Amino acid sequence: MGTQPASSLAVSVAVNGEQIEEEVPARRLLVHFLRDDLGLTGTHVGCDTGNCGACTVHLNGEPVKSCMLLTVQVDGAALTTIEGLAPDGELTPLQRAFNEHHALQCGYCTPGMLMSASALLERNPHPSEDEVRVALQGNICRCTGYVNIVEAVVAAGRGSA
Amino acid sequence: MLLREVDYARPATVDEAIALLAEHDGARPLAGGQTLVNVMKARAASPDVLVDLAELEELRSIGFGSDGRLEIGAMVTYAQLVSSSEVEVARPILGEVAATIADVQVRNRGTIGGNVCVNDPTNHLPPLLVALDAHFTIRGADGERTVDASDFFQGVYLTAVGVGELLTKVSVPPAVSGTGDGFAAVTIGKHGTCIVDAAASISDEGGVGSTEPLESRGAGSADARAGAVRVVLGCVAPTPVRATTMEEGLAGAELSEAVVRGASEGLGATLDPPSDVHGSADYRRALAETLAVRAVLQAASRRTA
Repeated sequence: MGTQPASSLAVSVAVNGEQIEEEVPARRLLVHFLRDDLGLTGTHVGCDTGNCGACTVHLNGEPVKSCMLLTVQVDGAALTTIEGLAPDGELTPLQRAFNEHHALQCGYCTPGMLMSASALLERNPHPSEDEVRVALQGNICRCTGYVNIVEAVVAAGRGSA
Repeated sequence: MLLREVDYARPATVDEAIALLAEHDGARPLAGGQTLVNVMKARAASPDVLVDLAELEELRSIGFGSDGRLEIGAMVTYAQLVSSSEVEVARPILGEVAATIADVQVRNRGTIGGNVCVNDPTNHLPPLLVALDAHFTIRGADGERTVDASDFFQGVYLTAVGVGELLTKVSVPPAVSGTGDGFAAVTIGKHGTCIVDAAASISDEGGVGSTEPLESRGAGSADARAGAVRVVLGCVAPTPVRATTMEEGLAGAELSEAVVRGASEGLGATLDPPSDVHGSADYRRALAETLAVRAVLQAASRRTA
């Protein structure tokens, strides 16, 4: 990455395990790089103001909002998007728990919810309800009212999806 | 959302970063970007050059200076403050308050340096750092200078960091015997933006009891009597406001609820807070008194032995 200012830079980033090298305009938000350049449209744009969490991805394992990052900032990093959670198409226990607990209605917030919840389960495999609520604070759902979402994550942690 | 075109650089050293900031008109440092990227979307700010501080490892450390102060690099994230054993030992209130800023995703990216340099009046850390008597180290082409909190915060989005300069670290004195810190806020939703907040810090220094050795004050007195008390309000003015009359009323006093409430009376009338959809000016005046009391009582309950 250059130490002299440029309006377009070569970015090298691992996305769901695949190394990507692309020249990217400095002003391009990460969420648009993922959706429009890479076609990974599972990452959603909800509010575009950093509030709703629908665009959450993992940056070096930690959940971040991809609408509040420039693509050039993730040069050299490893990203996981919702497409990377179940690369072979078989649902993870967390995804099955969402299914079984009816943790989605319209589904728009679901990718972000799953990314935040999976990051939580990585560092805390058996979270309490309170811990789940704190972890999902940055993710807004306008349909279900959160109860089933929280139940699903707690159940996935108990291994009783 | 499409941002205005911008140039971007990621310098490898602090000196390179300072040189870039000085060379380019309209250059701005980019820390975690949790404010700056959003204001760029809204075109409330349109920097020509972003100088990304991500590679500057020396700005990411937490440690202790030769004077014993807890030193926090400007690029330390809220998540780092929450999990730092140094912060936990020296000044745990910083981690506690950082844990209530926004949400997990923002805490993974947002930094202490960004929080104070933006100096949005609703930010948590400016009033807290005034209460903790923080010092701010600013580096420029001509070298380094350190300013205290009263000089650092100058206005909304305005601090002592000038053009071509960079905030490199924030330091606070470590808690010693008799120190206690508190923070209270009314927010828009849990962990949301503050409507009013108050920070308090109690120390044995400078108060009535400070010349007496601890043991001569008798059992229990260290828990009740304050030396100096700092009370600072956020969200009521462009910069954090010290409640000096309340502080004077509490210096050396026994910090019972009745005494603290008494000292807070009249504080609201000294303030000229804004009115907005979340609260009228009068409501903020009332909140200021209530939250100042809560912060001081919390600080009193947490004084170290």
